[in-house]
Amino acid sequence: MQKTPLHAWHTAHQGKMVPFAGWEMPVQYASGILAEHEQTRNRAALFDICHMGEFLVSGADAEAALGRIVTHNLAKLRQGMAGYGFLLNAQGGILDDLILYRLQPDQFLLVVNASRIAHDRDWIRGLLPSSVTLEDVSEQTAKIDLQGPLALETLNRVLPDTWHEMPFFSFRRTRFQGTDILVSRTGYTGELGYEIYLPTSSALAFWEACLEDEHVRPAGLGARDTLRLEMGLPLYGQDLDEHHTPAEAGYTSLLSSPASYVGKEHQLRVRERLVPLLIPGRRSVRHGDAVVSVAGDLVGRVTSGSFAPSLGQAVALAYIDDQHTEIPEFVVKTGRAELAAQRTTLPFYTQGTARIKV
Amino acid sequence: MIPDDLLYTSSHEWVRLSDQDALIGITDFAQCQLGDITFIELPSTGDTVTQGHEMGSIESVKAASELNSPVSGTVLEVNAELDGAPEKINQDPYGAGWMIRVRLSESPKGLLSPEEYKPLAECSE
Repeated sequence: MQKTPLHAWHTAHQGKMVPFAGWEMPVQYASGILAEHEQTRNRAALFDICHMGEFLVSGADAEAALGRIVTHNLAKLRQGMAGYGFLLNAQGGILDDLILYRLQPDQFLLVVNASRIAHDRDWIRGLLPSSVTLEDVSEQTAKIDLQGPLALETLNRVLPDTWHEMPFFSFRRTRFQGTDILVSRTGYTGELGYEIYLPTSSALAFWEACLEDEHVRPAGLGARDTLRLEMGLPLYGQDLDEHHTPAEAGYTSLLSSPASYVGKEHQLRVRERLVPLLIPGRRSVRHGDAVVSVAGDLVGRVTSGSFAPSLGQAVALAYIDDQHTEIPEFVVKTGRAELAAQRTTLPFYTQGTARIKV
Repeated sequence: MIPDDLLYTSSHEWVRLSDQDALIGITDFAQCQLGDITFIELPSTGDTVTQGHEMGSIESVKAASELNSPVSGTVLEVNAELDGAPEKINQDPYGAGWMIRVRLSESPKGLLSPEEYKPLAECSE
């Protein structure tokens, strides 16, 4: 089990450690998932995301070469901007979702899921020409997410310069205690927030510097999951997998790249669609639960489900057979109960501050 | 936190016996293991419960589990406040987080003393 540079801090501060994608990570602290969720929505929280993977892809032909591998529209991705997209297999299935940063005209930072680091590294290297290199910098790179409406105040205090007027999905390089770091206005919570990439040796100092603000508290992967689900943001391995295309996951509008990338011919194939469901009441449905029509026919499966703390009721994402996605009402069989579910639209939580002008 | 005036089960319910009645809840260890509780399903007043059998279910953000009745009898009273505020079980498992009151149909057998329960309930937090 791998440990992040903040592992000792978590255990010293009542972090409840659980295995996640080969890493021992805090699922919550003593305050609990609900308090950490509320903290993020209303003030600011820090998340240890050091388990995620980072690759540097460099070379004179990097844009053209990567453009044949990822769905991102690299011709439109300016230096200083990041974009969300996918790695597809030849059948159009999603091998991973990733954020790609244009560091230089011919250098990109790719941020991938922890469970997919080895796979993605091998997959991408296998498709790159010899003139373009992929360096896996995951081990020396720490990632800390500072998320919440008060995140900007903390960033302004901890780092040089002002961090106002930074557009959503833009990034900047700066220095923290003499070390080069990268800060992007991105996140996985739906709130105003930043993702900070820095050397592992600086992670603890940055973490503790942020926590000097009383309005900042640590939050674990449990709150990260309820926060992202309330926004309808997918989790790889649950809501996204190699058996489903970007169109099935609801990301057709993202597929604007003119390049001929792997899987493009099949990316719009739709057999099922990821459908957001509201479950009236507090009882949750869970990953794998069957979704049936009111007539009782099996029409789909829940991929993510939880009590949504900001809504006070349960929500879910489910893949539903395409011919049934227009039905407004379903029933989810949880094993203990059969719960009514209503089709709704995303995001579930509509008060998020992620895109506000600051 | 294991009050010494209660009896316990290995599935982490507590029982407060008085005359013919038993007050029932889950232990501090159980609520700690579950984490933030978001939903609870309990029997209704007048229902019959049987020792060792399922009487309801409980869910937290991350987990779901069944609740077993530590006694046999008829449900006299249900803590209706838990329906809208199941977090009371986290906050006060032996007080405001009580679940049901049962009129015993027979004396419960094999409940654990606080000393017997203690080794089963070492919470990491």
